[in-house]
Formats: sequence, structure tokens, C-alpha cells
Amino acid sequence: MTFIAICRLEDIPSLGARRFKRDDGKVIAVFRTAEDKVFALQDKCPHKGGPLSQGIVFGESVACPLHNWCIGLNDGKALAPDEGTAEKFEARVTDGMVELDPWSGVDMPMACAPSTDAAAE
Amino acid sequence: MKLDKPKLVVVGNGMAGIRAVEELLKLAPGLYDITVFGAEPHPNYNRILLSPVLAGEQTFDDIVLNTHEWYAENNIVLHTGKKVVKIDRRARFVEADDGTRVPYDRLLLATGSDPFILPVPGKELEGVITYRDIHDTERMIAAAATKKRAVVIGGGLLGLEAANGLKLRGMEVTVVHLMPWLMERQLDRTAADLLQKTLADKGLAFRLEAKTEALLPDASGKQVAAVKLNGGEELPADLVVMAVGIRPNTGLAVSAGLHVDRGVVVNDTLQTYDPRIYAVGECVAHRGIAYGLVAPLFEQARVCANHLAQFGVARYSGSQVSTKLKVTGVDLFSAGNFTGGEGCEDIVLSDPGAGVYKRLVLKDDKLIGAVLYGDTVDGTWLFKLIREGTNVAPMRDRLMFGESNLGDTGHQGQNKAAVMADSAEVCGCNGVCKGTITKAIKEKGLFTLDEVRKHTKASSSCGSCTGLVEQILMFTAGGDYSAAPTKKSMCGCTDHTHQEVRDAIRQQHLLSIPAVYQFLEWRSPNGCASCRPAINYYLLSTWPHEAKDDPQSRFINERSHANIQKDGTYSVVPRMWGGETNSSELRRIANVVDKYNIPTVKVTGGQRLDLLGVKKEDLPAVWKELDMPSGHAYAKALRTVKTCVGSDWCRFGTQNSTLMGQQLERALWRMYAPHKVKLAVSGCPRNCAESGIKDVGIIGVDSGWEIYVAGNGGIKTEVAEFFCKVTTHEEVLEYSGAFLQLYREEGWYLERTVHFVKRVGLDYCKQRVVEDATNRKALWERLQFALDGEPDPWHEPEKAGVDLKQFIPLVPA
Repeated sequence: MTFIAICRLEDIPSLGARRFKRDDGKVIAVFRTAEDKVFALQDKCPHKGGPLSQGIVFGESVACPLHNWCIGLNDGKALAPDEGTAEKFEARVTDGMVELDPWSGVDMPMACAPSTDAAAE
Repeated sequence: MKLDKPKLVVVGNGMAGIRAVEELLKLAPGLYDITVFGAEPHPNYNRILLSPVLAGEQTFDDIVLNTHEWYAENNIVLHTGKKVVKIDRRARFVEADDGTRVPYDRLLLATGSDPFILPVPGKELEGVITYRDIHDTERMIAAAATKKRAVVIGGGLLGLEAANGLKLRGMEVTVVHLMPWLMERQLDRTAADLLQKTLADKGLAFRLEAKTEALLPDASGKQVAAVKLNGGEELPADLVVMAVGIRPNTGLAVSAGLHVDRGVVVNDTLQTYDPRIYAVGECVAHRGIAYGLVAPLFEQARVCANHLAQFGVARYSGSQVSTKLKVTGVDLFSAGNFTGGEGCEDIVLSDPGAGVYKRLVLKDDKLIGAVLYGDTVDGTWLFKLIREGTNVAPMRDRLMFGESNLGDTGHQGQNKAAVMADSAEVCGCNGVCKGTITKAIKEKGLFTLDEVRKHTKASSSCGSCTGLVEQILMFTAGGDYSAAPTKKSMCGCTDHTHQEVRDAIRQQHLLSIPAVYQFLEWRSPNGCASCRPAINYYLLSTWPHEAKDDPQSRFINERSHANIQKDGTYSVVPRMWGGETNSSELRRIANVVDKYNIPTVKVTGGQRLDLLGVKKEDLPAVWKELDMPSGHAYAKALRTVKTCVGSDWCRFGTQNSTLMGQQLERALWRMYAPHKVKLAVSGCPRNCAESGIKDVGIIGVDSGWEIYVAGNGGIKTEVAEFFCKVTTHEEVLEYSGAFLQLYREEGWYLERTVHFVKRVGLDYCKQRVVEDATNRKALWERLQFALDGEPDPWHEPEKAGVDLKQFIPLVPA
């Protein structure tokens, strides 16, 4: 794990998010909950690729701005009955600084594949 | 499993009991150790679909709702084929007929109902059966394979479905009915006669006003051979089906000493007189009524689960029910009081040639009942009017022709789901065809519109296909799915309605979202993506300059002041007053487009220029360099005032519509509202600005201005209604502004003016705005107060509370 400091906690609005651009162009959304917990997911909804960083954050979920899929911040999983997973990254708060491990995600090629239903047809 | 969990025992493995368990598992998974007893040797199946099984249209496997695996996955101990015979309330255990004993902390009775058996001689003969469960259905199917003649006693819903199924399986069927016409509890005589004719054409025979005196045996003395009627007629019968009604199965409750009056008596939280014992479903009497349709039972299950989960906030206050007959090829709908009586009026449409009959019963300007035969597409809408007690006086002349929840576009004009092919597209927004919906309903056991929306996305975007989806639900899953509770809660976080939330904010002078959540005891700590934007709007519109905006509770478009596009870029629409521009604005736009590589420039329907594909990082610079006001094309707010050129140039123009439009736009811009608001001003009745389909449409005539309201050019084209006629520009501003302020103060979030006016009535709006001059001026002043000092977010972002950090992505240090 290699955490890097990316911003101060107050640089992310409570119940909001900021986008982090990795050197290779991949964008990671870093979320802050009402309890000041931080989470990081690839900024890409498993449904149609919507930017999750632009969604409305509530509890430990975010609603995608494009079609309102709800994604769990803790595991990147879509709320049932929707199926799909956004890539998750490690993030934490240390001494008021938000730290992210931008290479901690596991690429999940299956996550963006059609849902199991469609695949079975 | 931990040992210290409380134990929940459910007696009854049917639709109501298991629905309550499902709802409980959603709210509080793992709270209880759950044991379920079922007298039948099957897992829970959809009893409503027995008729399609009998008719050979579905199989038993098709109608199973919860498989054995489901019980196992949820750690539920299931005892099938065991009938609970004893409840020991002191020692708190139940005992089944095989001696199985299970202790409980909470007990849920869902024992359903028993068919009523006529007390006539011969009722115990072989070949005499009732119609209640899959066992009965299988016996009928077996009988139909070897026997020829069937008599069904009872011409109600169940009897007719049984008769139809037996006929389809090749039997000769006669229906014996005590009353003068079929389904007398759901239909009036005219509709029943049409139904009887349709069924007679299918080959069914009828004996009406006929009482069964005895069932006669054959030579062996054991098997039924005929049904003897009171007139002396003897109908030969190898099979007799009794479908003369049901009664709550209360034997167990009675033996346990629980209060029973018709059914097991429960209160609004579905508790019996023993507070540890709950009861739901057909065995229950709630406020003196025992329900036999699925929608009320599911509502009971939802409330009961809420209390079992120890949330303790839901109440069941009874249901209105509607009926649809599940006989393929018969379209029939009935709801409410359709017989009329003192003070009632009828509106009737009768077209026997086309097999269509509709009767609407009104009392005190409200719809109280409806019978539809042959064309039932409006049933859902009419039922909604009945449930909600809507004042129908303003739409009396249109009531008969319905609304049907169907938009004008997107489904090739289809309005009958039954005749659509599986490959036909139902939901044009999400590309969902009929087969996909049918499959999801069957495979996932869906029952409500909401569930279909969640699983298939059909009807979840623009909603114009809602009527079709409801019909598909009805044909596929059976039953009556429109009987949702009258009170529609705002979202899953609360049981309060939009109106209750608005009222609380005003009466309690609530000024922040947390204050609303605390006062109304919200179930979630910070709401969800549907309630937060609504409450934020209610606070700001009720207490302008007092309540503080919460950008994080706004949809992204209103947070970044641009429209998000499918690829995550944004579109920018600068304001052009009344749709008029000039060379220097156009030059600046052209420069910005070049400088920021904006890929697409498009003219919008509201006479503006849309710059599409702007990167989020570029938004602040684009706004600055455009040096034009925000067009608010991204907001639930005043969008545009569309104008024709008017009397300045047009040879037909009677009024200066462009100037009027610009005055309106300058007076109303930055005005947030429950939904987007679009205006138009035309300079003459040729109406080139299309004022007839706008939220407020103004049409100039030689003597002044006509104001129209509540039009809509969207999903369902709605022509605006005439509001009033005024003379001066100032009056146009005041009347239009006052109407919009009324909408701002009393509309529900995401309700367009057309729906707002339908809900409260055009007459009400006229009273408040046109007839009451004092109130009109007060509304107009409140709107001006609210808009006073409202900043332009593009050019005063700090004042508007725009989070500017959002435009700068973080990068590795």
C-alpha cells in the first residue's frame, strides 16, 4: 500500500466528492460522508459509465447522476436489483489530510460486463 | 445462529404471511430466528394465478413465489404439510398436528381463509370440490381429463374463472348463480349482461336466480351425478365446484382465546388482542373488514413487518379495492360504489356493438365508483381518482375518455398490452420490450409497479408507458396491483407525504434539512437522493433569504450550473432575453467555442444556443468569457420565454410579443420552482411561439393579452388552459408571476404545472390569482421578495454558494 496525501478533508464537501486524476488518466472519485469517513471508487458507474463523483452522496451510498443507480461507497457494489461493481480504492484520513492509494484498485473486467441475466440469454 | 435471538413463528405459508417475512427481512435482516408452518405441502405460491394454471396458461412451477432454497438462504425453518393446532399463550409455544412444538417471542397468524361449503344434501359426495388451493386445482385438472360435465355453483369472480378454466380443458360447463346477474358485487346489470354474453360465446351455460337444493348421487351412491335446482331442474354433473365465497380461517385464533369477530380482530398495527401475536391476510378483520384481494394484504404485511422490525412507525388504515377478472379475452374492471344511490350521478357510455360499456358514478363532485367493460385501459387512473378523492368537476366532460397514464409518443400508439407481441417495445426510454417485463415478473415474482421499475427499468424514466406496464403486470401476475395505499410517502426514508413535509416546514418554521429530519423522525441519517433535493427546495421556497441552500442536496446540474451529458461533459446555454441576440454576443460565443474546442453548437427548442461537450474544468472560464447571464437550462427553474417577432416586424402581429417576453424573462429569471418552467409569448392567435403547450403561455390579441396555464409539450402533450384575459404588460407580469408563485409555494417537487393544476384544480388557481386581487398582489410581492438579490451563479459564484473547488480535479503532488 502506498498512500499519498491528495487534499485536506475540508477540500471535499461533507456529503460530496472530488475527482483525482491518476497519471495514466484514470479518474478516481473520493467521497466524504456526513461522519467524515472517506471512500474512493473509480469515477465510473458500472451501468453506463456515469461520473459517480457528481452524484448525490447519502449514508454510505452515492446515486449516479446519469440514471440514479445507487452504488455502495464501501464496496462499489450497485444496490440490488441492479448488478455491477465500481472499482474500489483504499482511502483514509490522517491528521486532517485525505490519503489515497491510487494503485490499490483491482481491475474487475467482469464488473462492467452485462448483468448475469443478459449473459444467460 | 445465535441463541439469544428472539423467535418469530409464522402460522401460514401463504402470500400474506411470507410477504410480511420478506418485508421484515428487508428492514431488519437477522433480527429473529424465523419458523414458518404451512398446512399445504408446498412452498409459498401465487394463489391469484390458480386460474391461469387451471386454464392451462401457466404451470404450478410458474407460480411458485418462494422456492425451498429461498427459505434456506434466509435461515427460515419451514414446516410444510403441518397444521398448527394449538397456541399456548402462557408458555408461548405453538404445536402442530404431528406434535412439533416451537416456542415464540412473536407470533404471526396468516391462516388465510376457507371456502364456504353450501349446507345442502350431497355436499360430501365424491366429485364435489371447492376452489381454493393448488390441490383443488389439480383435482379439477384431473377430473377434466376423464369427465365430461361440470357445474360451477357461484357466478362470482372465482366461480367464473373456474368455469372458464374447465371449459378450456374441454368440459361442458354450467354456472349456477343465486343472483339475477353475474358478479353482482362488482358489476351492474348492463356490464354483467355483456360479460355473460361473452362467456356464453365461449361456450359456457348459465342458470341465474337458481338455488341449489341438493347434489344427487349416481347409482353407486358415492359419486355426484347431478345438481338439483329449486325449480326442480336437474343438471347432470360429473364434477361440482363450489365457489360461493370464503370465510376467514379463525379456528386456531378462537381456540387460543383471541378476540374474533368475523376475522381475527387486529388494530392499525396489525396486532391482535394479545400484543405478542400479530395477524395479517384473509384471516384478519381490520376495522370490521376482511379483505380478500392481494393489494390490501401486502399493505398489511408491510405495516406488520415495520412493527416486527421494531421501527414502530407505520399504520394500516384500511384499503380501497378494485377488481379485474382474469379470463383471457375479457376486459373488466370495477372499483368503489358502482350502484349509486341517494345524491349520486351516473355518466354512462354504452356501445354494445363494440362490446364496450363504461359507467362512472359521481357524488359531490368526486368519483366514487366505476365499472368498465371491454376497454379497461383507464381503470388505473379512475381508481386513483377514487382513492384520492380528487375533485373531478373541472374534468367532468373528459372523464369518460380517460387519461390512461399513457403518453402520446414512444409506444406506437399502443394502449392494449394484451395484444402486443413479446418483442414489442413497451418502454421507449429504456428499450424494454414486453417479453422482458413478463419474464422478470414471472422469474422474480414481482407484484408492484415499483418492483417492475426497479428490476426492468420499464416506466422508470419518463413514465409514459406506466399504463401499459400496469396492464402487463395484471395479465402476468394477476390480481389487483393498483390498490396502493392512498397516502404516497415521499421516499423510503419516511412515511410522510410531500404535502405533510411542506406543511411541517411552514407550520414549524423549519429552516434546515436536519431540522426537518429531526422533526419528522426521518429513518435515515441524511436522507437519500430523492428526498434531499425536494426538502432543499421546500425550505428555500417557503423561507426565502432565511433558509440556507445546501448545494450537496442538489442534483449535479444545479451544483455545477450546467447540464451533465452522457459522457460526463457538460452543456452550457447562455441566456438570450426573449430569444433575441446580437452580433457581439454571437461573436463572443463563436470565440468561446473555438478557444475551448466545444464540439457541438445547437439551437434549442426554447430559442437559445446550446454549447455541448464542455469539460467541467472549463466551465468557469467559459461562463466568464461568454459574459452572458446563466440560462438556467440545467435547473428546476425558469428556463426560457419563447417569443415570436410580434408587432415590431410581423404584418399580422397585434402586440409587441418580443418586448413582453423579455419583460417576463427579466422579471422571472433565477426563479427556482418544483420543476422546470417554460413560458412563451405570441403576438397574435396564430401563436407562432407555441404558447398553447407552455407552463404559462401568453397570446396577444388586439384588445390585450390572453393568459393560458399548465400546458406541456413533453411526454404527454397537454394543451394549456385559458386562465384569464388582461390588458397591460404590467398585468401580464402580475398575473403570470402570481400563478407561478402559487405553484412555487404549493407544488410538490418534480410536479410540473400541468400536474399541479390537475391536483389542486384550475378553479382553485383562478380563485387565488384571478378573482382574489389582494391575494394576487401578495403572491406577486412574495415572488419579487424571493428573487430580490438572487445571484447569477455564473458571475457571482461566491454569493450563490457555488463550490468552485469542484471544477479543479486533484492531481498527484
